[in-house]
Amino acid sequence: MPFKRKDILGIRELEVHEMEHILEMASSLKEINTRAIKKVPTLRGKTVIHLFYEPSTRTRTSFDIAAKRLSADTFSITTSTSSMVKGETFLDTVKNLESMKPDIFVIRHSASGAPHRIAGRTEASVINAGDGMHEHPSQALLDMMTIREHKGRLDGLNVLIVGDIAHSRVARSDIWGLTKMGARIAVCGPTTLLPSDIDQMGVQVCLHPEEVIPDADVIIVLRLQKERQQQMLLPSLREYAVYYGINAERLKRAKPDVIVMHPGPINRGVELNPDVADGPHSVILDQVTNGVAVRMALLYLVSQK
Amino acid sequence: MIDPLQGMDALADVLIWEGRVAEIRPRLEISRERLAELQEMDMTGKWIVPGLIDMHVHLREPGEEYKETIASGTRAAVAGGYVAVACMPNTRPVNDSATVTRFILERAEREGACHVLPVGAISKGLQGESLSEIGELRAAGAVAVTDDGRPIMDSLLMRRALEYARIFDLPVISHAEDSRLSHGGLMNEGTVSTMLGLRGIPSAAEEVMIARDLILAELAQCRLHIAHVSTAGSVRLIRQARERGVPVTAETAPHYFTLTDEALMGFDPVFKVNPPLRTEDDVQAIKRGLRDGTLDAIATDHAPHSVLEKDTEFEFAANGMIGLESALPLILDLVRADILTPSEAIAKVSCNPARILGVPLGTLQTREPVNLTVIDPDKTYILDAGQFESKSRNCPFHGRHMQGQALMTLVKGSIAYSRITP
Ligand SMILES: [Zn+2]
Repeated sequence: MPFKRKDILGIRELEVHEMEHILEMASSLKEINTRAIKKVPTLRGKTVIHLFYEPSTRTRTSFDIAAKRLSADTFSITTSTSSMVKGETFLDTVKNLESMKPDIFVIRHSASGAPHRIAGRTEASVINAGDGMHEHPSQALLDMMTIREHKGRLDGLNVLIVGDIAHSRVARSDIWGLTKMGARIAVCGPTTLLPSDIDQMGVQVCLHPEEVIPDADVIIVLRLQKERQQQMLLPSLREYAVYYGINAERLKRAKPDVIVMHPGPINRGVELNPDVADGPHSVILDQVTNGVAVRMALLYLVSQK
Repeated sequence: MIDPLQGMDALADVLIWEGRVAEIRPRLEISRERLAELQEMDMTGKWIVPGLIDMHVHLREPGEEYKETIASGTRAAVAGGYVAVACMPNTRPVNDSATVTRFILERAEREGACHVLPVGAISKGLQGESLSEIGELRAAGAVAVTDDGRPIMDSLLMRRALEYARIFDLPVISHAEDSRLSHGGLMNEGTVSTMLGLRGIPSAAEEVMIARDLILAELAQCRLHIAHVSTAGSVRLIRQARERGVPVTAETAPHYFTLTDEALMGFDPVFKVNPPLRTEDDVQAIKRGLRDGTLDAIATDHAPHSVLEKDTEFEFAANGMIGLESALPLILDLVRADILTPSEAIAKVSCNPARILGVPLGTLQTREPVNLTVIDPDKTYILDAGQFESKSRNCPFHGRHMQGQALMTLVKGSIAYSRITP
């Protein structure tokens, strides 16, 4: 079945067969990244604009490398929303860029739903590279790819997501995607960082990591923003680390083949200890490698529309 | 003919002479020569009701005339069947003085299509710090006071406002929101906000403030009116308070009994409003509150915004929807759903708001020039916001199938708006 979507806005609207299609494509494109000459002419003559309204060196670099390895011409526009007086600048900017006939917009924005506001108004494809607290589809797909590489499957796995669920677009996209692929999800974090009615997304909710770590096949550790302390959400990062930080001690009760993932960048010693981040269970660098492959697949597939 | 204040809901003929209701009878006998001086209109199947009153409108003038003016806002009102609108004080400058109140009334007299009832500010500059000159506001023509758009976070100031407003028998209208609890919120807090990753405003932000204001109104024995009630818990609190004799009245708006937060799934800022659209449970509770009388009035909270404020990322868009030209068919939906009788529905937009604001409107039984609305309850159409009299287009009901429309609006005895083609 050909891939028909113009845009990749979120995992919520993707069907299982579409995710399978993307993951298959990513696996076959991954090999290009190991060649001596890491470039194929697939997207030659196509223009990809990276429109980043929130700083993110990692995701932008990953998308940029992906596009360049497919021979697309890429341009990056990085603006911080804090420097804008009002939001209309964003829509104006896109309108302007639109008249230069790009093929794909890769959009990162601090406001949830911002790429959705664009998708309906442009001929170009829109790939959501993370919007506010809403979705981060490419991250969820690279997480699925990484889990499958290590576990051979997604169906029937127990996946534990630990940390700041409330503010995490990664958590939301992972929950949508992994649930559809047949995994069972537990989310764990302090009550102040669990969004209301999160159980309605079909996940088990847990307040104490000890209770769910022993069952987990996969542990996804989320980044904790330092400013959560000032927002009365946490008394201190120290106390957070004591109760929710993932360290070797906590993993003693985990399955021997558990894998630990993190979307990066890591606050070492807060949500994840170096003894785990750099330890045998960590697959964090595989996630980074797969990120490029997944993004190549997304760029390729939307340009087939 | 429906006049809730008179307990009237009957088939009747009405004779309007020199702008005044001269006679209402089941069957008027009029001589042939007298008939020649009159214009006869066949209103079979239509409702003749006291002119509708919207007690919560933002006319934006002075200060934001690019969104709405007194002229355009009142034209929108008469097109929607309203003969009077109460306008909120969050203009620029704020209506916190007799000067601004007089400006509004003079402008309305000159350019307005219907009655304009100014509502003064509780606090100077809506700053929530010190009382505005409420006596002077009253003397200039203000019918109530409110800091609408902003809550009064200072409980002492709210207490003083309630005590002081009692001298002038003015109701204090509460925009009930604990802005610490709602801080940064963009929509109702719940399943949908969690799915969309939009910061939520819990029902508690509204209910905590209503609870406080009810207690303060009881203490001050002043008339308190709660604006735009949106949650099940708010309805419950008001119902309980009224049962123990607290002098409280309340309003809701059509969007709170018609839409839920599911409407936000596409991130369209036209659905962004404060208080936010809530859940189906809240919608049902609002309907029960309307039915049992806990909610006395239906107001639109008509809040015009231009594309500048609305056509942006959801997070940066302004709160508010226009409502004057879409409210009536949605209110009639409540009649069709057997939630309200026709008379109860009309009361929520005529005699009840008139009583709350203490204005001599809301009935056909008057010697003054008549304010009257003729409603075609059966007219079906697709709502087109592009045809609105309002200057703004932020209507969440654009494109919706509607049933019921104002056919003709009479203000001070003359036809202010008519859809009757000669
Ligand atoms: Zn308000």
